[in-house]
Amino acid sequence: MLAVGLERSLPLGALKSGVTFAGADVREMQADDLSNPGFLWVESGEKLWNTPTGAANKSCASCHGDARASMRGVAAQYPKHDATANAVQDLDARINACRVRKQEATPLARESDDLLSLAAWVAFQSRGLPLRVAIEGPARAAFDRGEAFYKARHGQMNLACAQCHDQNWGKRLLSEGLSQGHGNAFPAYRLEWQKLGSLQRRIRACLFGIRAEMPPPGAPELTDVELYLAWRAQGLPLEAPGVRR
Amino acid sequence: MPDARITVPPSVPRGKPFEVRIIVRHPMETGYRTDESGKSIPRNVIRSLSCRYNGEVVISAKLSSGIAANPYLRFFVTAKESGPLAFEWVDDSGLRGSDTASVTVA
Repeated sequence: MLAVGLERSLPLGALKSGVTFAGADVREMQADDLSNPGFLWVESGEKLWNTPTGAANKSCASCHGDARASMRGVAAQYPKHDATANAVQDLDARINACRVRKQEATPLARESDDLLSLAAWVAFQSRGLPLRVAIEGPARAAFDRGEAFYKARHGQMNLACAQCHDQNWGKRLLSEGLSQGHGNAFPAYRLEWQKLGSLQRRIRACLFGIRAEMPPPGAPELTDVELYLAWRAQGLPLEAPGVRR
Repeated sequence: MPDARITVPPSVPRGKPFEVRIIVRHPMETGYRTDESGKSIPRNVIRSLSCRYNGEVVISAKLSSGIAANPYLRFFVTAKESGPLAFEWVDDSGLRGSDTASVTVA
């Protein structure tokens, strides 16, 4: 899908994953599947994938079979517009949609261990694959909103995402190194959280940092930004489960 | 959620040391944090962890609040006979956890 007429503030050849801005110890933790704590959620997700649930008493595997085959490449396309929901959904929302419609179960709460585990298991099947989201057609409105949000100033500090992550990446801010702000490693085990968390949680944390109002988890504004970020990070490999500080 | 993730090599030569790793799912609440209302969050950390290889203790550890959440240990054991590597741990709340891996000695 061509994004005709859209300028990239970070050219595709100049994209750097957050892992390159992390310290050597963080890179090591992410690279080693045996010590990467995110795998606690990946393992849990594999179990949940195969566990029947809901009034329909179906597991994810009942329809999708082995995730290693059926989910390969899927997470790299998210966020994605869903025709039935008539909305752009991130992976968490899509998993919940399946739970409600197909498994006849209640949706899982955002940032709950179960939802994180399922998202981690699905995202893990796309590890190493390049991010590639569709922004044309029904997704375009969400993409435009996400881009506007990213470039707008927010909060008491009156800062835009673009000011740190487009214009000042690589520099230091209060002893922290600024990354380019890509979400390709999420869901990620963040050392600050001491647990796995979603990209939406990370975006909300950034807004907290600039003393801006944080939309609630699952808010459409956050999905809009996720879509813009995924387009901005096009071609970067998915690193889930990532490790970040 | 799994209680722990244990990693041992698929097969180990007799008499040689082999690497064992375990990462235990636990919040390791230090006791120094306060919640949003300012109330102190009580400490709850894994205070002791041990591993028995075919019934013999090969490692015994005392952990405390300095160890981060989801504690990760890596140590070496000399291969004798095939059998279980049984981990047990207990935290401040008295909750006991356990997990076992199999060692195959070639």
